[in-house]
Amino acid sequence: MSSAVVSTSAAQGSPFVFEMEEEVAEVCAQPSGAELFSEGRPPQRVVPAIFSGVFSQDARLAGVTSASRLAVRSSPQMVSSGIAAMDALTGGLPRGCLTEIFGPASSGRTTVLLAAMAAATRRGEFCVVVDASDALDPLSVAAAGVELNRLLWVRCGGNSQQRHFSAVYSADSGTEKKQNVKSEPYHDEHRLEQLLRAADLLLESGGFGLIALDLGDLPPQAVCRIPLTTWFRFRRAVEHTPTVLLAVERQSIAGSCSSLLIQLGTQEHGMKQPADSRFPAPAHAQLLTDLEITAELVQSRLKRKPVRSSGITFASKTAWAG
Amino acid sequence: MPFACIFVPNFPVAAVFRAEPELRARVVAIFDGKSPLEKVFFVNESAGRMGITPGMTKAQAELCTELTLRPRSPLQESVAHAALLDCAQSFSPCVEDAAADTAILDLAGMESLFGTLPEMARAISRRATSLGLEANVAVASNPDAAALAARGFSGVTMIPPGKEGESLESLPVEVLFADRWEGMEREGKKKEDERKKESARLLATLERWGIRHLRALAALPEVALSERLGQEGLRWQQLARGGASRTLIPVEAPAVFEEAVELEYPIVLLEPLAFLLHRLLEQICARLASRALTTQELRLTLELQNLAGTNPLCETAGISSESDALHSAAQSQLPAQHFVSGRQSKFCRTLRLPLPMLDPKLFLKLLQLDLNAHPPGPPIIKIHLAAEPARPRSAQGGLFLPPSPEPEKLELTLARIAGLVGEARVGSLELLDTYRAEGFRMRRFVPGAISETNRQKASVEEKSAVAALRMFRPPLRAIVTLENGELVRVVCSKKKEMQGSVLWKAGPWRSSGDWWEREAWARDEWDIVLQNADSAVLCRLVHDLLGGSWFVEGSYD
Repeated sequence: MSSAVVSTSAAQGSPFVFEMEEEVAEVCAQPSGAELFSEGRPPQRVVPAIFSGVFSQDARLAGVTSASRLAVRSSPQMVSSGIAAMDALTGGLPRGCLTEIFGPASSGRTTVLLAAMAAATRRGEFCVVVDASDALDPLSVAAAGVELNRLLWVRCGGNSQQRHFSAVYSADSGTEKKQNVKSEPYHDEHRLEQLLRAADLLLESGGFGLIALDLGDLPPQAVCRIPLTTWFRFRRAVEHTPTVLLAVERQSIAGSCSSLLIQLGTQEHGMKQPADSRFPAPAHAQLLTDLEITAELVQSRLKRKPVRSSGITFASKTAWAG
Repeated sequence: MPFACIFVPNFPVAAVFRAEPELRARVVAIFDGKSPLEKVFFVNESAGRMGITPGMTKAQAELCTELTLRPRSPLQESVAHAALLDCAQSFSPCVEDAAADTAILDLAGMESLFGTLPEMARAISRRATSLGLEANVAVASNPDAAALAARGFSGVTMIPPGKEGESLESLPVEVLFADRWEGMEREGKKKEDERKKESARLLATLERWGIRHLRALAALPEVALSERLGQEGLRWQQLARGGASRTLIPVEAPAVFEEAVELEYPIVLLEPLAFLLHRLLEQICARLASRALTTQELRLTLELQNLAGTNPLCETAGISSESDALHSAAQSQLPAQHFVSGRQSKFCRTLRLPLPMLDPKLFLKLLQLDLNAHPPGPPIIKIHLAAEPARPRSAQGGLFLPPSPEPEKLELTLARIAGLVGEARVGSLELLDTYRAEGFRMRRFVPGAISETNRQKASVEEKSAVAALRMFRPPLRAIVTLENGELVRVVCSKKKEMQGSVLWKAGPWRSSGDWWEREAWARDEWDIVLQNADSAVLCRLVHDLLGGSWFVEGSYD
């Protein structure tokens, strides 16, 4: 099949590729530029038929689809995030895409993460959380409804000097033992490196419904050093898979690689105290019952129209609040 | 009733070739005996062409520069024999262990499974080759005719029923005594010598008579033969005529899958070790596959050279008591153990898989990762690998099932991640029945099916989000300012966000436990809101009542 390149607009000069032989014949029958001038019409650049096969025969362009023929990419399947209000805001979490959830400490990032994991395990999927700071609380995980045997927990920070919790809480811990601990930035880089390598391996392995990268406690200056190419690689690896890739961090770092960008914040902390507020209640009469979390959809690449900044507020109850 | 015989010519050489396939193209002789009286025991074909014959001394054989000499290895021979039986067992349940190099199998009723007899014979030959053995296969209507044909003709031989005598007539009479030589390996040395002498005497007698082929032996008058050689002579004649008939003595081949290699030179690096392990794993997997089995446990035992100056005491490397206490089920590998027996120490690793698998490449990768994490140390002089057989897993897939990781890929990924972050730091959670902080342990992540009760429970539990706690591991030591017994200010030197004035507090919530044990604990907990310059942080403050220290244990997030 031969093709020809003709210009239908002299002003724009943008070529169009016709692949039908009938169209080529029609194009070649058009009058020359001199004839058009004589007729008082603006000149049109007509490419002789001898050049018509240049683009199609060029080995470098073999297999390249012209932009006008690119298929419209289907929108990804959305799955529940486990929080109805979040689903109403974002439409759920997209499969095969990177979703970023960011916010400061105590903004509800882990709450949203655990809710998403609980929803995934309820669907019968397997989840993995790559925990850069080894911060996951097993009791919170269980309270959130995550099925524990469907959750793989990768605790970064191993192979470096670690102290056991019980050792710190030991009775003679009044005098802190001197340790040859390396600097914090070293540990952060070490954890970050482990997280990225583990994420690479897990994405390559496949089969997980949700892969969560928890960067929530790492300092932003360390996390910002992750090259953008890494995020592109992650996005490419998760593309066309049924996996939801979720990154939890303090500030957005993946740039254009993330399909969904959600910012979280906390309004106030629910406090249960006696109704009579004239007298301040003692601490033992107070109870932390819930956290008011605000979520804002900062960016979504799933819709063609630009996203207007929209936010919602929802409450997360503590495990003992009932 | 058809019978097949699998015969491995030059069995000691074939056993060595199986362990070192690169020797097949070379001139090889196997020697045996105690130094300095070592003699050439067996030679391969190319060595025979060069004039190397059994019985030569090792010193004489060494004059041939192209010759590769290998000591006779009973270990490799027993492994090759096991492989031979596996090959036979994969085609018929009725197998006779006729000799170290010969297995006879009853093929009656197997046509519907494996096709016609010629197809079956070719398949047996291919299977033997895949197990590292170059074998002759013969099919006949009686076991002895099949055995003689396998010993006499190379490749695959089919003897039609009733044509046994014609088919065997061209064979030399030595084939009648070959089983005597090979079958005696497992008997006493004295008996072996006696039978060898007897065979040599009878052969000499037949030679004197001018009987060199089975045709001539078959044509002898029976009465005259009986008068001279007795009933034994008549039996040989029956064998030569292909008319002897007997029932097989079936053996149940033990489901022991072990491969071993003794090294001429000790190995120090892991790379050549991986090369040898790959070979052993391929052989062991081929044997398992021939029996339609898989494995769930691989045991690697490395015999180490006992270097002078090394501590001869038993050592336990890697995860040991801690693994028993905290992560016993979480690990895919058991502790590495060095133990000393005599002058050589052994290094053992056990690889336990969550599901039955049969992929030598996967096993090799897992063993490599494990050995990288737990190097054996001294040079290796012997490798022994054993696989615990298991039935292949059967799983019914479904179009509408949610995605789940492939077990083989997942195992490799977990092993790689374990090498990255540490073995005890990857897996799934298991909560312990305690109120102690960090009351959980890691266990092995095995993708399992969700139970129906859990599904029902989960559907009920679909509710609002639950506030989560982010732990600080280790907990942050804090300096707490109290005014009239009230918390006023908290300062954490290691984390700037976790310091500020206390805006709101709830607590203390007191708990204690394990007071009857050495690791008693008692603590007060507060939920506090710390107000600092940037923001307010809701966190959990802990007062260790036994130690008196304050810690910020985590933040609500």
